[in-house]
Amino acid sequence: MSEVKTVLKASDISIVFGGLRAVSNFSCELKANELVGLIGPNGAGKTTVFNMLSGVYRPTEGQISFWDRKDMVKVINKASPAAHNKIGIARTFQNIRLFSKMTVADNVRVALHTSRVVNPFDVLLRTPRFFKDEERMTGEVEQLLDLFKILDKKDELAKNLPYGEQRKLEIVRALASKPQLLLLDEPAAGMNPQETEELMRLIAFIREKFNLTILLIEHDMRLVMGICERIIVLDYGRIIAEGKPEEIQSNPQVIKAYLGEEAVNA
Amino acid sequence: MNTGIMFLQQLINGLSLGSIYALIALGYTMVYGIVKLINFAHGDIMMIGAYTAYFVLKAFGTSVTGMAAAFLISMIVCGLLSLVIERFAYRPLRNAPRLNSLITAIAVELILQNAMRVIPFIGPDPRLFPTFAIKNFSIGTVSISNIQLIVIVLSAILMLALNYIVNHTKTGMAMQAVSYDLQASSLMGISVNRTIAFTFALGSVLAAAGGILYAIAYPQIDPLLGYMPGLKAFIAAVLGGIGSVPGAMFGGVILGVAETLTKGFLSSQFADAISFSILIIILLVKPTGIFGKSSHVKV
Amino acid sequence: MKNKNLRNMLILGACSLIVVFAVGMLINFDIIDAYTAQILTLAGINAIMALSVNIICGITGQLSLGQAGFMAIGAYSTIFIANSGVPLPVSIILAGIVTAFFGFLIGFPTLKLEGDYLAIVTLGFGEIIRVVFVNLKKYTGGPNGKQFPTIMTLNPAIAYMVIIGVLVLLIILIQNFIRSTYGRAILAVRDDEIAANSSGISIFRYKMIGFVIASFVAGIGGALYAPFIGFIKPDMASFNKSIDYLIFVVLGGMGSTTGSILASFVLTSLQEFLRFLQNYRLLFYPVILMLVMHFRPQGLLGTKEFSFIKTWEDFPCWKDKILGTLKIKKSEKKGGAE
Repeated sequence: MSEVKTVLKASDISIVFGGLRAVSNFSCELKANELVGLIGPNGAGKTTVFNMLSGVYRPTEGQISFWDRKDMVKVINKASPAAHNKIGIARTFQNIRLFSKMTVADNVRVALHTSRVVNPFDVLLRTPRFFKDEERMTGEVEQLLDLFKILDKKDELAKNLPYGEQRKLEIVRALASKPQLLLLDEPAAGMNPQETEELMRLIAFIREKFNLTILLIEHDMRLVMGICERIIVLDYGRIIAEGKPEEIQSNPQVIKAYLGEEAVNA
Repeated sequence: MNTGIMFLQQLINGLSLGSIYALIALGYTMVYGIVKLINFAHGDIMMIGAYTAYFVLKAFGTSVTGMAAAFLISMIVCGLLSLVIERFAYRPLRNAPRLNSLITAIAVELILQNAMRVIPFIGPDPRLFPTFAIKNFSIGTVSISNIQLIVIVLSAILMLALNYIVNHTKTGMAMQAVSYDLQASSLMGISVNRTIAFTFALGSVLAAAGGILYAIAYPQIDPLLGYMPGLKAFIAAVLGGIGSVPGAMFGGVILGVAETLTKGFLSSQFADAISFSILIIILLVKPTGIFGKSSHVKV
Repeated sequence: MKNKNLRNMLILGACSLIVVFAVGMLINFDIIDAYTAQILTLAGINAIMALSVNIICGITGQLSLGQAGFMAIGAYSTIFIANSGVPLPVSIILAGIVTAFFGFLIGFPTLKLEGDYLAIVTLGFGEIIRVVFVNLKKYTGGPNGKQFPTIMTLNPAIAYMVIIGVLVLLIILIQNFIRSTYGRAILAVRDDEIAANSSGISIFRYKMIGFVIASFVAGIGGALYAPFIGFIKPDMASFNKSIDYLIFVVLGGMGSTTGSILASFVLTSLQEFLRFLQNYRLLFYPVILMLVMHFRPQGLLGTKEFSFIKTWEDFPCWKDKILGTLKIKKSEKKGGAE
């Protein structure tokens, strides 16, 4: 029985913003195909962790290692977000960041840019290779949009989509770059219970289908407890608990962080 | 002449030029601080200040009362002109994309410049600004002219007055508030329109003075007078930290000194290029300028 | 699918040929006089410069006030290279490449800046270039400029065909570039830098690509200008010239390539037309600019493009509409699709 391989390992990463220690000594190891949740009260530093794992911020201390598609380990502390994407880490954002002036289909096509086969000459001279690559991209884009049931909106401007579909589109775009690790930042924010149910099924489905490791930030406990295999809890930039959903639910530190001292004694 | 003495002499020259730059830079920095607009037309306000003074002095002569009248009338004219420009060119675009306001500012600059060239009794040809006798005073081994003294002293007085207005009056506080947060200020009962208009007028009054002092120091005036000094004053504002009043004063003096030192020790032809190079260097090294604060974008 | 692409290429090819060669022949045989030819050709140069400004505007959402500086580099480089014995066409291309290289150098500090600073820095570089050219008297002839008479100066038909030909070529290449994965990458960077970066697109690299392309185009504009007019001066790099080209773009619509081109031709012709206004002409441009900014900020075409292909596709529709209105009896006619 082969050991499940590690995909990402953060070792004691911290980040300091002008005197404020936003995150301290965060460590975690994500193994292949895991579905891990990152929770904590507002301001705990969850998105900051994401930003460090995706290259938007550079940790001031510690090290982040990632095992790429060829199973080579790379230290990615100092890499740019674009490099993170190329190596296999994709993410969504807490406040939706779509390319609002581009169509739905083009939003996804952008993520396919790194997988392009053409070179500038093909583009300028419109060689057959150019048309072929465009067709391939269109095919992949439509396949993904179809999976998420937004294919019919492919030519609409991204900003005109209803909120729930915009969130879905962000996930589609992240998937298009064929990541190994998917970071989802509050994917269910603003969704009603029915949409959240559908999202849960979708996340479980894409994990299977695309062989993904997923780390997600969420406030909706139904979703977190429902699909996460393991949960990390953050408060004031530190990990205060880690474990299976049942363990976290009854953990006094976690309850104190969310609901205050009284709730622990209740 | 030994280098040390020349250096000191150029420092004095630089201080004089820099004071003028500082006066004009203040207008740029206050307007940018409050409405985030690079007011390209500001340099031309300086030019109009110089021309207004020219006509007043031609009428009343260069006596003390003549000069006082020139300053007063010039400042009033420029102040009013900037109010008109703000009201009709910039205010309608306050909620439009910033690019549109920037382009409009360029348009206003061109209109002012070219209108002056086209108006029959002004015209594009340079004119000699009325001057008075130059007297030189020696301080040890360096000399300073009465004109330079007037420039430096007058600039200092104006800057002190400005400092008082900005930091110790209600309107000044309003200006600061609006520059931090326009929406919140209006919710607090500050009349945003009036405050912005006041800021423009205040900057223009200083620019008018700067224009007159510039014309006294370099007595040839033409409609394109404001272009280069205007650009350099803007560079000075950026150098000091755009939006910062002390920054503009400081930046102006530094730029003036840098320019005169270049003219003195290197070559006068490259002086302009040096000013622009300073701009590029500061934007590379510390874009927020010497006194500026950096802002952090939340992802 | 393949047939449609072929058809589109044929339509564009035909239109290009007409615009370049047919008109060129008209000039050659004096059906269009030399004066008009000069205006059209100059408009072509202005259009090339407007394209350059449009590209920067499009990729950064900011203004470049220094494209005239790149034009000057292209112009002086052509003269320098051609006078060393290199044939003119090669000189022009090399001059473009030289300018692109300077664009690369200048891009480094410039593109790292946020917000309005791009405008001022490009202005600064333009002025630095001007001052440098004024002072390198040995190579540039100083403030009095340099002569460079060529066959293009003497033969209006050749000048027209070369310059308009290059313009057409540039339009096609630029459009091809924009409507590709590269174009999408650049537009994504403009739309949301952080999202683009996280989607695998290196922000600095793609801004630089756009900047270098814009510099190349401006360089080509200058490289064509010098042999056409036969004389250049350092103040062709000045802020005022950069503003002229900016005005074409603003008027045509900052998001539209065809808008910039259209505006260039309209305004260049208008300038000649308005000679009778004498000095008041100087007020014309900035007043129009103000009016446009206040009342129609999207310019003539906004972000839309004029498409020959779409016009061709719509043609059966028009044909039927015209025929339908000509018929005395009002009969029901369906708009023709392909």
